[in-house]
Amino acid sequence: MPKLSDTQTVGTLISWLKKTGEKVEKGEIIAEVETDKATMELESFVAGVLITQYVNEGDEVEIGAPICAIGKTGEKPRSPDKRSPLRNVEPDPGFLTGSRQDTEAPISIDVTPTPLAEKSVPGDRIKASPLARKIATEEGIPLETISGTGPDGRVVKADVIAAMEKGTTESRLSITPPKKSSAGIPIADETSVPVSNMREIIAKRLLESKKTIPHYYLDIEINATPLLEVRASLNKSLNDLPPDRGGIKLTINDFFLKACAKAMHQVPAVNVSWMGKSIQQHSGVHIAVAIAVEDGLVTPVVRDVHLKSLSEISTEVKTLAVKAKNKKLSPNELTGSTITTTNLGMFGISSFHAIINPPNSAILSVGAIVKKPIVDDDDNIIVGQCMTVGFSGDHRSVDGALGAEYLSALKAILETPALMLI
Amino acid sequence: MPVIYYRDALNAALDEEMIRDDRVFIMGEEVAEYNGAYKVTKGLLDKFGSQRMLDTPISESAFSGLGIGASMMGLRPVIEFMFWSFTYVAFDQIFNNAANIRYMSGGLVNVPIVIRGPANGGTGVGATHSHTPENYAASTPGIKVVCPVTPYDAKGLLKTAIRDNDPVCVMENTLLYGMTGEVPDEEYLIPLGKADIKKEGLDITFIAHGRAVLTCLKAAEILEAEYEIDAEVVDLRSLRPLDEETICDSVKKTNRVVLVEENKPYCGTDAQIAYIIQDKAFDYLDAPIKRISAVDAPQIYSPVLEKEQIPYPQRVVQTALSIL
Amino acid sequence: MEKTTASLEESDVSIYASDEINTRLTTDEKIDFYRQMLRIRHFEDRSLHSYQQGKIAGFLHLYSGQEAIAVGTVSLMGKEDQLITAYRDHGFALALDMGMNECMAELYGKITGCSKGKGGSMHFFAPDKNFWGGHGIVAGQVPLGAGIAFALKYQKIKGCCLCFLGDGATNQGSFYETLNLASLWDLPVVFVIENNGYSMGTKIERHSIGRPLARRAETVDMDWDMCNGHHLYEVRTKIAAVMKRAQTENRPTLLEISTYRYRGHSVSDTGLSYRKKSEIEEYRETKDPITLFYNQLEKEGLIDEKAAKNIDKITHKEAEDAAKFADYSPYPTTEELTRDVYWEEDHPESNTSKGTIFFE
Repeated sequence: MPKLSDTQTVGTLISWLKKTGEKVEKGEIIAEVETDKATMELESFVAGVLITQYVNEGDEVEIGAPICAIGKTGEKPRSPDKRSPLRNVEPDPGFLTGSRQDTEAPISIDVTPTPLAEKSVPGDRIKASPLARKIATEEGIPLETISGTGPDGRVVKADVIAAMEKGTTESRLSITPPKKSSAGIPIADETSVPVSNMREIIAKRLLESKKTIPHYYLDIEINATPLLEVRASLNKSLNDLPPDRGGIKLTINDFFLKACAKAMHQVPAVNVSWMGKSIQQHSGVHIAVAIAVEDGLVTPVVRDVHLKSLSEISTEVKTLAVKAKNKKLSPNELTGSTITTTNLGMFGISSFHAIINPPNSAILSVGAIVKKPIVDDDDNIIVGQCMTVGFSGDHRSVDGALGAEYLSALKAILETPALMLI
Repeated sequence: MPVIYYRDALNAALDEEMIRDDRVFIMGEEVAEYNGAYKVTKGLLDKFGSQRMLDTPISESAFSGLGIGASMMGLRPVIEFMFWSFTYVAFDQIFNNAANIRYMSGGLVNVPIVIRGPANGGTGVGATHSHTPENYAASTPGIKVVCPVTPYDAKGLLKTAIRDNDPVCVMENTLLYGMTGEVPDEEYLIPLGKADIKKEGLDITFIAHGRAVLTCLKAAEILEAEYEIDAEVVDLRSLRPLDEETICDSVKKTNRVVLVEENKPYCGTDAQIAYIIQDKAFDYLDAPIKRISAVDAPQIYSPVLEKEQIPYPQRVVQTALSIL
Repeated sequence: MEKTTASLEESDVSIYASDEINTRLTTDEKIDFYRQMLRIRHFEDRSLHSYQQGKIAGFLHLYSGQEAIAVGTVSLMGKEDQLITAYRDHGFALALDMGMNECMAELYGKITGCSKGKGGSMHFFAPDKNFWGGHGIVAGQVPLGAGIAFALKYQKIKGCCLCFLGDGATNQGSFYETLNLASLWDLPVVFVIENNGYSMGTKIERHSIGRPLARRAETVDMDWDMCNGHHLYEVRTKIAAVMKRAQTENRPTLLEISTYRYRGHSVSDTGLSYRKKSEIEEYRETKDPITLFYNQLEKEGLIDEKAAKNIDKITHKEAEDAAKFADYSPYPTTEELTRDVYWEEDHPESNTSKGTIFFE
């Protein structure tokens, strides 16, 4: 099929003007062909006999595709070269496709894309002139620590210089550093440890969370005695069973997760994500569980906690923990949470407030169960087992009262564990 | 050192080059008997005769094409356009033929012509006579463009342009013809592609070409006197080839730059300069690159408004202060 | 009684055949004219074939049918005579003895092309053969032609510039401007209108008024004339006269030659939407310049079928070989993109300019 215009890519054979076996003179028209611009006559540039037609009337073919063979009578045409002889010179594409080698699989801690940050919320991006950035980098001064006097709070060179001078002044005013003691073992080697991928991601994510989410904090004290009793009793029955027959050791955390999900049924408005122009209400409860690993923290997600039984939750958490420690968590297992829980009770921490894991709107922090005197319903002072649950909420999507309502529901469930059966 | 008019500096350049090389001839409307619409070619007819000083009919397309054809054969015409605005009727000859013939012939044919004339507004001659097409010219590969501001630069650059074997467009200015400046008697040439720092400074850089350079110098005076700000003024002189080094060195020194041009904004010359600065001197910018162009409308007639339309010193001062 | 070709009486070839300009030709010269015309015809056919094979991009304006004009004109050019034309330039290039290899390679965009692949079909140049292109913009070359003539006169060289243009080009402003300038300044230029009856797809009755076109010279007191372009002898006779006027009197002429092109304006134009096939066939049968010249030479007893076939074979092969040469030739390298833009850049030893001249 010939190229008959500068813009043509295909052509249609409209009609054959020569039959197979007919003689063809040089310059004779053998067919009519339609291009993008017009119907044109196909001229033969050779003389001979039309041996084979490869294309039928009405067929559309690519430019360069063979349409017939002309030769001597009785000659056998070689099979048409399917390859298009079209000579469109493409520039060497080699330079266009860079070969990107992923050096390692990306470690993600909940890589659900953050909802669009609002425009120019002061503080969510550091404005600095290129020159200021350059000097700050060279001098090792973090830009976040410099206040900008330029337009829109832009950090300019003068600000960096001022920060440098202030730093020098301060160090001049500080107490002369104590002499290095001649005897004594240092607590650790003075070295510069390069930041790992995981550390970098943790730093980035949590900094962004703290900077962009207006955190508020609530505490509630749970009477953990009923919970401890139920756990003890269940574990007694289940502990001796083999795992395939339901054998399992339940932890307080497992109950906690179940209770969290249950409480969401009552206050689903905490199970949301702030999207900027909307709030995304999630239909399922997927809880990210913070697990400490060798050089940091991961938060694998237990999905559909609201649909799972206690033992299912427990098994899954254990599995995820093992995977976490062996660095075998897949990205799927690290994304999609709607709320996060974290527990430092095993270290004796009585209460704490964690940093929200975006795009969650809340994070629950579980402290240690501590024996302390409490007042019972009859106004007697008894020994209570108290567990403080901290709640950090995103005030954009979850107001204080809502958070409180949730915590209240959670407390009720934890203090009456039988409610988890319903 | 002698102090002469800009127009006479051009005249001297033409004179000297015509003596030096008898392939050089001049062509244009009113260049010979009238002694030039702006008297740039005064006296040259008497000196060189009508074979080499040619008055043309009003046929810009034909006479610029004729010049190009003659240059293909080895002559070295200097074609005067009474206004650069008039090149628009000869656009095809200049920007199709002169620019491309060397390339399309694979280097076999050359076009060593000079096209010169005033490219400016500010004289109340209205929208059709006030064009500043140095940006169109500079954006055309195959063409070279120079914009001399002082008599010294005018003479040196025109001489180099005539000796150059490529097509060179010389952008003059009717308001500059009557300005004076020092020009030595001895022969000198100014290479293309070399900018000139008309005033050194430390606090802020002004970059301009053509008459806008003078506007920047006035603005620098005001900044010095009233604000104790020390501005550096860079005169590009040559747009293509372009002295990127001087531009970037100045920005690296002062960290702040205001570009000033009499082009209209969209794709005016300074759009290219701004790109180059942010590309090659990014880390030295302590403020955004600022730029002042002529107000984005056809050139107005009303003289008072036209003064506002073209960049003026106070406007440069205000813009400079906004980034200091 | 407007015909699509100029309204001329059918030429009486005998007048021209007996003109001294033709009678003084040797047999070899005449046979060579025949060969040259066939050479052009085969080159054009082969390049059309290559275009359809997708090996040539862009435009391709074929000269088939007009061969006598190029060959006839070039045969009269002396050492100082120059030639410039528009985009239908292959015929002139070959008549001026440019190689088929370099011409075909140029069409293919290869580095071995006469313009290193940078110009393409419309921009063949050969200054060493006094050929100044090959130009794409209609009538854009006309002022250039006047400039070439001007340069000859300026340097007191006795020669003329033959400046070719099409019938459509006579309506461009630059054409009129140049006619005035050439007559006013007594330039040794010959403007030749190759009137093939069509300006792209518009036949002449629909694009020009005030026929013949050559008469436009009257308004600027310039001599003008007309002739048919299918007899080589006629072309030679007329061209010789106007060249002489230019060379000896420094006076320009506007000569209109009636001719015909078999192909469309460019390859994407079938040439059939605006004219009848029968018209093309009629020209081919009665006025084909190659056939007519063969008949003439046969009449003169200088050629026979066998010889003609042999010449045909040789020229056909030359075209085939050129296609092979072009095929095997390499393309320009990336560096070539920015070469041949500026003389100074390509001659660094003489470069006095500083600064950046190519931008990113």
